[in-house]
Parts: sequence; structure tokens; C-alpha cells
Amino acid sequence: MGRAVLLAVALLGLFAQPLFAADKIDPQADFKAFRDYFTKRFPKVPLNDFVNGPYSMDADLRKQWVEIDAFPPYQFALDKGKQMFETPFANGKTYADCFPNKGIGIRQNYPYFDTKSGEVVTLDVALNQCRQANGEAPYDYIKEDMAALTAYMAYTSRGKPFDIKIPDDPRALAAYRKGEEYFYTRRGQLNFSCASCHVQSAGDHIRTEVLAPALGLVAALPIYRSEWGGMGTTSRRLTSCNSQVRAVPLKPEDDLYRDVEYYLSYMSNGLPISGPGARP
Amino acid sequence: MNRAMNRTKRPTTSPTANRRLHRRAVSLAIVLLLAGLAKPAVAASADDFTAALAKAEAAEHDAAALKNQWTTTETELKAAQAAAKAGNYDDAVKYAQKAEALANASIAQAREQAANWTAAVIR
Repeated sequence: MGRAVLLAVALLGLFAQPLFAADKIDPQADFKAFRDYFTKRFPKVPLNDFVNGPYSMDADLRKQWVEIDAFPPYQFALDKGKQMFETPFANGKTYADCFPNKGIGIRQNYPYFDTKSGEVVTLDVALNQCRQANGEAPYDYIKEDMAALTAYMAYTSRGKPFDIKIPDDPRALAAYRKGEEYFYTRRGQLNFSCASCHVQSAGDHIRTEVLAPALGLVAALPIYRSEWGGMGTTSRRLTSCNSQVRAVPLKPEDDLYRDVEYYLSYMSNGLPISGPGARP
Repeated sequence: MNRAMNRTKRPTTSPTANRRLHRRAVSLAIVLLLAGLAKPAVAASADDFTAALAKAEAAEHDAAALKNQWTTTETELKAAQAAAKAGNYDDAVKYAQKAEALANASIAQAREQAANWTAAVIR
């Protein structure tokens, strides 16, 4: 009898263990599992090519992209962004005064967790913080001005590997966890999560489009989308994904959007920045 | 006289006539019942709409607190308000009830996912 009880307890322990493991927040283990999943599923795709999204998945689409990139559709935004970045504010200061290394080649370090505010700060949020600190009105997080500025900053970081850090702070881990939860949570009347398309269906067609893998997904942002006929920020990308599954989008740069960008950027650590990108 | 006597002797309701009468009564009752059912429902009032809208908006408020509203709920709410504005309270109530059902479904989805999202995580 005693042995039977012991055996039952041992069996329970065996089954209970994975549950505890699943609930533990372990970004490093998540990172390894995430990368292994994509590299094993797409063994022919070179690791750094995942940042090219659908073009890493489909040869024909890639050929079109190579042709398009001879005259990149984001070029106008890039030029405008450079000019905006270099134009002083009314007080004479510039964006360069707000950022490390004068704002050049730093995109790969965003988002970061700000231990003072206890929040995730994306590049878009940091740019508006800079504007407001210098007496300027913030830009709309969806519209083209913000897309142009971030396009220029991303361009100065092209090829630099993502270097997202999660400080030893329970709030940072909680933000990471919320981002992970947002990514995997099904929403909208169509009952889709981000992962439904970019993990489970990565590389598959959805009508004429090829779904980009979640690995490296954020490296190309901001992007010019032919579908939009213009540039789009990270917020625009997230809000349009929400609408497509019939979920009411959150406020641009809502804390959950920032958290999911933090999570996805951490998952892309080591992969090169490829933004600004061009997508169908 | 005989004829008159015969008349008085003649039973007023024979068993056959009784059955016939009974059948007619049942038929009439069925006809009346069907007529009653077929009668158009009482038209919805402004108060009915206000009550239905309040329930829908309360559910949608809960969905918003869970950051899980559906665009279709919003569409039905707008349709309900537009119908009410046009004085069509029947449709207004119908749209509000649909909005409430959708909002409740989004709440159920959020609660279910809060408990089960980890099942989809790459391990």
C-alpha cells in the first residue's frame, strides 16, 4: 500500500513538472527553443536571412524583391527621415542630443526596459520623448513622419545584430512575459494569435501573400507595404494585424504592443537589422 | 303531431354529431391558436432599445477591460444606434442583442486564452 502511494506521488510529480517549467519565465530557454524551431523547420534558410521575412521563404517572391530593391520604395521616406533627423528643433537642439552615439547605429538596442519608469521604451516612444523634452509636439505613432524618422535610424543600423537586454528586474521579466502572452493569445472574431500566422503558418500562403516567420520579423521595421501604398511603423503593423482578425486594435504604443515588440526583438537577438523593409 | 313528436323525441345530439361538434371545436381552437401565434409581435419600444443597448455596452465595457474587443461587436453597436436614430426599434434591439452576444463571446475567448495560451508556446 505504502509503495503504491509512493508510486502515485512520483507519477504525479512527473506530470506536474512540465507545468511548472512552462510557467517559469526563462527568456534564454525561450530564445533557444524559438530559434531551434525555425532553423529546424526551415533548414535551407540561412539564419540571417530570416530577417527578410517572406523573401526568405519563397524564391519567386525573392526575385521580385531583388528587382524592386534596385529602386527601393522606402527611399523617399529615408531621405525625408534623414532631413527631419538633422533639422534642429525650435530650441536649437536635435534628435542627436537625445540618444547615445548621437542616434546613429543604435536601432538594434531598441526596445529597452527603462528601470526608472518600469516600462518598455521602443525607438518610436524614445523619439517622441525626445521631441516633448525639447518642446515639440509628439508625432502620431501610425503616420508617415514617425515612419520616416525610424526608417532613417534603422538604415544607420543595417547589419548590426539585435542586442536586446532583459535586466535583472522583476518588472522587466513581467513585461517580457506579457509580450510573450500577447504574441500567443488568440483574439478577434477569427480567433487568431500572432503565432497562428507567424509560427504555425510561417511560409504558408494566405491568398497571394507569404506569411513571414516570427524569427526576425521586427528587424525590417519600419516597412513600405505595397498593400498600404506607403510606409508603416511598428504600431501600424500591429494595429492592422489586429483589424485583419477582427480584433479592435489597441492604442498605438499601448504597453502590450511595446511588450510584444520587446519579446519579439529579444527572440531576434543576434540577427541583423534589415530595416527599412519593403513588403508586398 | 307525429312529426312534432318525432322531432321532440329525436335526440338533439347524437354520438356522431357530438364527435363532429367536438372536431369542429378542436379545429376552431387550433385555428384561433395559430391565428394568435401568427399575430405580429408587439413592436419594440425606445425603452426596449435602451435596455438592450445598456446590456450590450456593459458587456463590451468588460471586453475592453480585458483588451479583447471585436470589431464586429462595434459594428453591431453602431448599427443598433443608427437604427434607433431612424426610429426602427425592432432592428435596433436586434442589433444590440447581437452586439451583446458578440461581446460575451469575446469575453469568453479572453478568459479561455488567459488560462490556455501557454499551450501554444514553442518549447
